Amino acid sequence: MDNGDLPHVLAVDDNLIDRKLVERLLKSSSCKVTTAENGLRALEYLGLGGDEQNTMDGTTTSKVNLIITDYCMPEMTGYELLKKIKESQIMKEVPVVIMSSENVPTRINQCLEEGALMFMLKPLKQSDVKKLRCDLMKCRS
Amino acid sequence: MEGVFQLQKQLVDYTASLFKEGFLDDQFNQLQQLQDESNPNFVVEVVSLFFQDSERLLNELTRALEQRSVDFKRVDAQIHQLKGSSSSIGAQRVQRVCIAFRNFCDEQKIEGCITCLEQVKQEYSLLKNKLETLFKVQMKRGEKRRRE
Repeated sequence: MDNGDLPHVLAVDDNLIDRKLVERLLKSSSCKVTTAENGLRALEYLGLGGDEQNTMDGTTTSKVNLIITDYCMPEMTGYELLKKIKESQIMKEVPVVIMSSENVPTRINQCLEEGALMFMLKPLKQSDVKKLRCDLMKCRS
Repeated sequence: MEGVFQLQKQLVDYTASLFKEGFLDDQFNQLQQLQDESNPNFVVEVVSLFFQDSERLLNELTRALEQRSVDFKRVDAQIHQLKGSSSSIGAQRVQRVCIAFRNFCDEQKIEGCITCLEQVKQEYSLLKNKLETLFKVQMKRGEKRRRE
């Protein structure tokens, strides 16, 4: 099956149930999905893990069209992950969405100021993801 | 012998009662909407993960609160996980106790935490029972449909 035209989303969340849910939500909105359980794994997947010159045998990393990450994660928060992505040459253009179960205005503003595309309140619903999908299509065109 | 129609009615009534009694909220409907022919067991799969994860967290919380010096930061992180996953599947009553639990944790009130832990265990146990019953009836209906 040719997934070439479907947007590829990297979903980052330390909660197993939330990972499964976000994956299904995104797939039901016709997205290809890769999940990561923490910021470090996400960065590795994006080819930003530590030594940037050390990309696996020269193969290009899978192109990611959107990164959606939970805010509250141990070790590296979603905000910290966002910063690292925006600081990188290769990934800074990729839109990043932050999710959180807590509606904290200072947190939301902090993320938006750092360049997050949007902030979404958990638990995510199908309508949220459908809207995100639309916004993403606008980004791409 | 129950026919499909009776089982269906049982299912509808039982599900409605779970919502009415606050065990489940609209987020559970979201899960059901995500289930289709290509993902026919989605709800059972997510709920099973929830059961496993919750039991692990409840065990960890029990141990954490038994320590002479309670690590409230760790307890908070665990409640946060439980609150998150219960919210994600629509487990409203469990989620609500988690909120109260978290408040006691913030104030480092050990007695309040212990009470809440007991409450969470109770609510979780009730919910697990009810969802397992729900799934059983769904399976029976499914089997009946295939035979008729």
